[in-house]
Amino acid sequence: MKLGDLVKEFGLTVKTGAGHLDNEVTGGYVSDLLSDVLAHAEDGNLWVTLHIHHNIVAVAAHTGLAGIVLIQGRVPDQDTITTAEEQGIPIMVSDLPAFELVGRLYKAGIRGAEAL
Amino acid sequence: MSPREVVGAALRNGIDLIGVCDHNSAENVLAVKKAGIRNGLAVLGGMEVTSSEEAHILAFFDDDDDLLDFQKFIYDNLEGENDGHTFGLQVIADDEDGVTGFCDRLLIGATSLTAESIVAKARASKGESLVIAAHVDREAFSIIGQLGFIPDSLVFDAVEVSANANIAEVKKKIPDCVRYPVITSSDAHSPGDIGKRFTSFVLEEGTVAEIKKALNGKEGRKAEC
Repeated sequence: MKLGDLVKEFGLTVKTGAGHLDNEVTGGYVSDLLSDVLAHAEDGNLWVTLHIHHNIVAVAAHTGLAGIVLIQGRVPDQDTITTAEEQGIPIMVSDLPAFELVGRLYKAGIRGAEAL
Repeated sequence: MSPREVVGAALRNGIDLIGVCDHNSAENVLAVKKAGIRNGLAVLGGMEVTSSEEAHILAFFDDDDDLLDFQKFIYDNLEGENDGHTFGLQVIADDEDGVTGFCDRLLIGATSLTAESIVAKARASKGESLVIAAHVDREAFSIIGQLGFIPDSLVFDAVEVSANANIAEVKKKIPDCVRYPVITSSDAHSPGDIGKRFTSFVLEEGTVAEIKKALNGKEGRKAEC
């Protein structure tokens, strides 16, 4: 599934990386500990988080994530937006809380790792 | 942020005492201290540790052996290798700004140590330790942001309010801040930030022991921000 498909299906607001919505989504990861994402998220994963600070961009770049979805309508900081555009990292926003959003993504066919 | 650059920027901004706290490492502290001594700037050696809960904790020591022992403890509990491309090269320099090496550890990462164990290790030092909850007003990486409160078991010497924040407003918003002495600082990650925010102290000399007296208003020492 491509990022663009998810944007359409879930009505996500695209904040950055509009030119990279062709990114293939290999699976999903939800966590608000950056060290956890660095250690366990996989290449091509879609990351669901509440963090809006610019460090999320470095994490996404390092891990090779397909993109980041911010929950609860949270707005990324200005320097997050600038850095994400520079690095070509798509950041999208959903109004849903994490549990509900992940449940719906799962229903749509996005899976996480079976076990670490 | 080379040793000479840091010392020079501090002196140009009228600063008398700085604390050096790299993330999860103290490998550049001695070089900055040496450059400081040469130029008349007092330097406290320390570190900004990332706990397993991803809270940042500042620890300073008067005794360099305590600092190096603390660094070993942190390194023993920090996994991962740095990605120079994404996170930048982690230069180790001498006091003349010569590059002596690079740190390959993932210093941007979190240790596997709880905030409690970090504070306990710092307190177990031979000499005086100064332990401060970093930028408690920030949403991410602060003990308040990550835990929602400061557990009673964690006894800090002070809490730090970040450079951009209004201290009075932070104290109103975060009740836990009233329980501790408050300091503020630049949290400079680049030379241009040095001196943009500071705490004023009345001290006999620039040491951890003196700062602890100042934070508690003891024996004529004072802290003000």
